[in-house]
Amino acid sequence: MTGADAVLRSLEAEGVEVVFGLPGGAILPIYDALARGSTLRHVLARHEQGAGHMAEGYARASGSVGVAFATSGPGATNLVTPIADAWMDSTPLVCVTGQVRSHLIGTDAFQECDIVGLTTPIVKHSWLVQDVEEIPHVLKAAFHVARTGRCGPVLVDIPRDLQEAELDFRYPDEVDLPGWRPPTRGHPRQIAEAARRIADAERPVLYVGGGTLNADACAELLELAEAGRLPVVTTLMAKSAFPETHELHFGWPGMHGPKWSNLAMNTCDLLVAVGARFDDRVTGKLAAFAPGASVVHLDIDAAEISKLRRADVPVVGPLKQVLGDLAAQLRALSPSDTGPWLRQLEAWRDEFPLRYGDGGPLKPQRVLETLSDLTAGRDDVIWTTGVGQHQMWAMQYLRCDVPRTFITSGGLGTMGYGIPAAIGAKAARPEATVVCVDGDGCFQMTGQELATAVLEDLPIVTVVVNNGYLGMVQQWQTMFFEERHSHVHLTHAVPDYAAIARAYGGESWTVSEEDELEAALAEALACGRTAVVDARVDPLEQCFPMIPAGAAALDMVEYEAPAEDEQQGQTLGSVPQVTAR
Amino acid sequence: MIHTLSVLLEDKPGALVRVCQLFARRGFNIESLAVGPTEREGVSCVTLRVNCDQQPLEQIEKQMHKLVNVLRVRELEPGESVERELALITIAAPPERRAELMALTDVFNARVVDIGPDTLVFEIVGEPEEVDSFEELVRPHGIRELVRAGRIGLRRPSRRTTPRLQRVLS
Repeated sequence: MTGADAVLRSLEAEGVEVVFGLPGGAILPIYDALARGSTLRHVLARHEQGAGHMAEGYARASGSVGVAFATSGPGATNLVTPIADAWMDSTPLVCVTGQVRSHLIGTDAFQECDIVGLTTPIVKHSWLVQDVEEIPHVLKAAFHVARTGRCGPVLVDIPRDLQEAELDFRYPDEVDLPGWRPPTRGHPRQIAEAARRIADAERPVLYVGGGTLNADACAELLELAEAGRLPVVTTLMAKSAFPETHELHFGWPGMHGPKWSNLAMNTCDLLVAVGARFDDRVTGKLAAFAPGASVVHLDIDAAEISKLRRADVPVVGPLKQVLGDLAAQLRALSPSDTGPWLRQLEAWRDEFPLRYGDGGPLKPQRVLETLSDLTAGRDDVIWTTGVGQHQMWAMQYLRCDVPRTFITSGGLGTMGYGIPAAIGAKAARPEATVVCVDGDGCFQMTGQELATAVLEDLPIVTVVVNNGYLGMVQQWQTMFFEERHSHVHLTHAVPDYAAIARAYGGESWTVSEEDELEAALAEALACGRTAVVDARVDPLEQCFPMIPAGAAALDMVEYEAPAEDEQQGQTLGSVPQVTAR
Repeated sequence: MIHTLSVLLEDKPGALVRVCQLFARRGFNIESLAVGPTEREGVSCVTLRVNCDQQPLEQIEKQMHKLVNVLRVRELEPGESVERELALITIAAPPERRAELMALTDVFNARVVDIGPDTLVFEIVGEPEEVDSFEELVRPHGIRELVRAGRIGLRRPSRRTTPRLQRVLS
């Protein structure tokens, strides 16, 4: 068979069901092989970046490796953003790119680009295939590397002549990677020490990161939390890893986390980091972060241990096993009573609720609250988001009880992630209602993928939290640059998102009043088709609380209700000014 | 502080780039780099010298361990390893100065490997500090050209230490 056929047979052997891509010259033989027959479903994106984010959304919703195809040159460079995104958020991804013919490599041939070189710092590993016989071995290794250890993206670049060359295909049973030895078990002595520390702590907090979802360790996390009555704070990446209606869930830490969540993180005496990496958006000023806490750090990646915050008890290993063992040992230890601590956290939650203003234009928070109410109790709703204010409100107001139902771009903060990720999630979970909470800025980066949603029968609901601004940038300009709004005004009306949705063959609603909101959202959620709700909201609503970049977590800026006589004025009057740092 | 790292690497395209990139990303300049084959076919050894603090170095060591082509990372601690370096130096040597320069070769175990009308090419192999001394000594005569191969090293079997990384991984 040909190298191109070998690529498809290898993917089939790996159990891949869906690939996302867009053809071009250097990958034509692989697309021809697809046309000649494969069990793979190929979803045709409108832009390679879309294909990459779809593969990410697929991976996050399913727990399987996402696969994206692109041609050489610009096709491959368009994949760079999703690859970087997958790198930062540890999403397992195999990208297969066509390359110019072997003899043309290095000659500046048409659509030639050194994609292996370009992506070296943002992949776990990459291969430029040099012999057709390598293809099955390289793909076997690629899938193995992508999903073992800390998950992440890999790239396989295949010159066109090798796609056309003949080989005797046999898919290998084993990988030959002597240098790739991810940890297989956490050290028992370290786990025992971790259990002892947790049992002794008076004010413990489980600081849960996205690694927990990647490790498929949510059941074990729940076991551990319940075994010790331990409060759980989940990062943006870990939203949905722990049931959010559970009494032990205490919100989300960091820059836009509620005050009670950051109080939990910063006043605890033991911080148990579970597949989390002490990101600056979580810690704020690192030197002032959780000053009284000792740290137990559980992670599959030894390089995360003591990278930013020194770990008193490191445990390197797969979280499923580590958390399972830890829960069992903790139960045997009769842990100290966390009751008073939990009551303190509950008191803070009552004292410092999330707040926003009433009256005036439709509030974006109201859109998210309504979505949350309309889907309460459902376990078949998957949320994706873009990046910005709407993403933070989604974190604050949506409630996710089932793992892998909140899919977002955390580390890289990739605007435009939401719509293609939703399409990928829908491909993974066709029975689910997939909702992208998007911003108007984000929508304009990848909105063309609505064509993919409609034509591939992957219906998604997109709710555009349309404030007519690059909202988060506007918020920083308002707070840190003396309200000088520089190039952030997009306008509510251009483009007409509802008209765009119709142009792509979807349904649409435009709302700007609170009394129209619930009906429009309910209809969109129920319609079963690709739908867009353009929710035109207060243009200058700010997202609070906020920890200014570089500030200590507890020096957060909170929402302040405007004084009585300012009630009719604009929201801006209530925004505290903060000195730029 | 300057550290010497010994990295065993699969001899695959791009493997060296991946190692070097980890240092470049953090703005650490690699002061010396020597790459060559080892006793195992398909395995190269990279000996590199880098000036950085302990904590970022440990971070880079751990990052290197995650590279698929990296088989082993080991820091060569001073006193616990054998280190050698080779230099070739072209020195201005008019006939009347030759005897004086040649006399140095015995002391430093250096050799004259080529003689021109008014220059000599010396080869010196030794501990990096010896090479430094030789270089300083001949400098007043006028160094026309100098290349150093970058140091290579092996841990002394007579002194066994536990690599820090093992502690972290355990």
